Amino acid sequence: MKHLIDIQDLSVEEIDELIKVANDIIANKEKYSPKCNGKKLATLFFEPSTRTRLSFEAAMLELGGSVLGFSESSSSSVSKGESVSDTIRVVGCYSDIIAMRHPKEGAPLVACQRSTVPIINAGDGGHNHPTQTLTDLLTISREKGRLNQMTIGLCGDLKFGRTVHSLINAMSRYQGIKFVLISPDELKIPDYVKTNVLDKLGIEYCETKDIEEYLPELDVLYMTRVQKERFFNEADYIRLKDYYILNKAKLEKAKKDLTILHPLPRVNEISTDVDDDPRAKYFEQALCGKYIRMALILKMLGIE
Amino acid sequence: MNIDSIKNGYVIDHIKAGNAMIIYDALGLRELDCQVAIISNAKSKKTGKKDIIKIDENIDLDLDKLGFLDPEVTVNIVKNDEIIEKKKLSLPEKIINVAKCKNPRCITSIERDLDQIFILTDKEKQVYRCKYCESSLK
Ligand SMILES: [Zn+2]
Repeated sequence: MKHLIDIQDLSVEEIDELIKVANDIIANKEKYSPKCNGKKLATLFFEPSTRTRLSFEAAMLELGGSVLGFSESSSSSVSKGESVSDTIRVVGCYSDIIAMRHPKEGAPLVACQRSTVPIINAGDGGHNHPTQTLTDLLTISREKGRLNQMTIGLCGDLKFGRTVHSLINAMSRYQGIKFVLISPDELKIPDYVKTNVLDKLGIEYCETKDIEEYLPELDVLYMTRVQKERFFNEADYIRLKDYYILNKAKLEKAKKDLTILHPLPRVNEISTDVDDDPRAKYFEQALCGKYIRMALILKMLGIE
Repeated sequence: MNIDSIKNGYVIDHIKAGNAMIIYDALGLRELDCQVAIISNAKSKKTGKKDIIKIDENIDLDLDKLGFLDPEVTVNIVKNDEIIEKKKLSLPEKIINVAKCKNPRCITSIERDLDQIFILTDKEKQVYRCKYCESSLK
C-alpha cells in the first residue's frame, strides 16, 4: 500500500492485519517504542482538527519517530497561494510519511499524484476520513471480539456524515451485518449509499426517525454530531442539531452489552450522564485511534 | 437539398436532432477555417429526424468528447472522396477537460493546472463522477 486515501483502498485482509498489529501494540507497547527511530511524520493540516492531528502525532511519537507540520493553512505557504501539489513535493523532501487534512474534497488524491512519500488522508472536507473508519473497526472488534454478525445503529446526521458512509462501506464487507439507520427526514442516508452499497450487497437495513424503536436490538450504537459547516441555512442547523439526545433513561431498554460509539467531538447528542455507563466506549475509541494509526504508520513505512 | 460531399474529413452522422449546434460549439468547430456543414432535421430511418455535421478537413477530432455529448453518433472518416472508416461511438470510460466539477468544495475549484477528470461509474444510468470529489455530473 502506497497511500491511504479512501477506506476502500484497503482489502478486508489488510484491515484485519492492521487490527492484529494494533492489538499487538496494545499488548506489547515497549516492543514498538523504537520502531520508527529516525523517521519523520509530517502532519499537514490545511484546516484545523486538533484531535486528529494530536492522534497522529502521539502515534508517531510512541513509535519513537518525530513529527513536524502545520495545524492550519493561515500559518503556512498555502495562504500565499501555493498549490497542494507544490506543498506536497516540498514537504516530501523533509519527511518519510505525510498525514494531511484539507477542506477541499479530493485534495489528498491530488497530493498523492505528486508525492514521493506515502500520504495518509486525515480527512478531506465531507468526503473521506479512512483513519476514523479504521478506528471504529478496531474499537468494534475489540469490544465485540468480532466484526461480523451484529446489528449496528447509526444515529444523527446520516446525510452529510462521512464517517457513517465509510463505516457502512467497511462493515458491509463482513457477514451477517444489519443496519438501523436513525435520522430525521432531512438528514437521511443518501440514495447512492443505499443503491451502491446496501442494496447492491443485499445488506439488511431499516430506516427510522425514532431512536428508541430499535434500541433493544442493537449491538452497536454509533452516534454522530450534526455539523454546522454542512448547512447553508442556520435555521435548519438549529432545528436539527438537538434532534437526538442519548441519555441514561433511554438506555434502560438497550442490551447489556451494547457498545456506544461517537467519533467525537460531541455536542449535546450524548448526555454526560451516559459517560459513566460501562456501555459508553467513545473515549476508548479515541485511544484506539492512536493505536490503529501506529499500526498504519508501520505498515505504510514497511516496518515489521 | 444538396450539400457538396467532402474530399477529406469527417461526416458525423446520426446526431440526435437538435444536438448539432451543441456539438459544433463544444468541439470548437467555429474556429476552423475549412468548410463545415450543419444539417439539421435530416430524415432518418431509425429515429425519424437526425442532425449531421460535415467537416471538410482532417482535423484532430476529440472522439471522447463527442461520445460523451452524444454516444449514438457515427463518425465517417473520409479520405479522397471515400469513406475509409465508420466509427460507432459509445460513452467514454473517462472524460478529461470536457466538463467542470460543480461541487464548490472540490479541490478542482482551487488547485492550479489540474485536469477536470470524470469517470463513468454507472454505464446503465450514464453516471459520471468527478475523479477527485466523486460528485456526479448533472
Ligand atoms: Zn469534484
